[in-house]
Amino acid sequence: MKLDIHYFASIRERLGIQGQQLELSGNNNVADLIVSLTQVDAKFSVMIEATPSILVAVNQTVVNRSYTLSDGDEVAFFPPMTGG
Amino acid sequence: MISVQEQDFNIGLEHENLRVRAGDPGAIVTFSGLVREIYDTSESASDVVSGLFLEHYPGMTERCLEDIVKQAAKRWPLLAARIIHRVGELGPKEQIVFVGTASAHRHAAFESAMFIMDYLKSQAPFWKKQKSEDGSQWIVSRASDAAAIKKWDLGS
Repeated sequence: MKLDIHYFASIRERLGIQGQQLELSGNNNVADLIVSLTQVDAKFSVMIEATPSILVAVNQTVVNRSYTLSDGDEVAFFPPMTGG
Repeated sequence: MISVQEQDFNIGLEHENLRVRAGDPGAIVTFSGLVREIYDTSESASDVVSGLFLEHYPGMTERCLEDIVKQAAKRWPLLAARIIHRVGELGPKEQIVFVGTASAHRHAAFESAMFIMDYLKSQAPFWKKQKSEDGSQWIVSRASDAAAIKKWDLGS
């Protein structure tokens, strides 16, 4: 499956990239994607270690780590929101 | 009606637009949020803020704001609602956010405006970075903001 990944705010700064395209084989949920990213580059361990926990949105809706990904999904990682 | 924009807004104009759009409102509540010059951090003395940078997630932001207006309209008999959220570089004392609600009666207008603001603080994809003499740092979400949204029972 092909995924369109975006990073925002402190996560974007810590990773040094705004986003990337990633191709994964087999069935994957969000937790699997995070493992795959950390295998590509250790810097992605911030996804697991960040405090408070980072949030994940798939196709612009916040989901949990067990959410099953589909081909073409837009995935975004970001810290808790601080609007208003 | 929602806007995510870099430019400032005119509260008087927004109030008048709400008044016209609502038709025959008995109550209009408007809220505006500003950049504080003195930001009281929890762990240290107050920082003097020289500016704020507001990042957002284009696309998801607009969807979230449209959704919250719909949710507010389901809970209260609203005649009109308006959200403006600024993004980009903001200076001290500048306006950040505007929420306006119009209804036949005051309770619906007050409560829906508070509901929309509580949502904006912790559920819409905006992130604030604060600049001070010591450099710049991302503002950490407050537990009180997360608690504020829980009381409305969004079910998400």
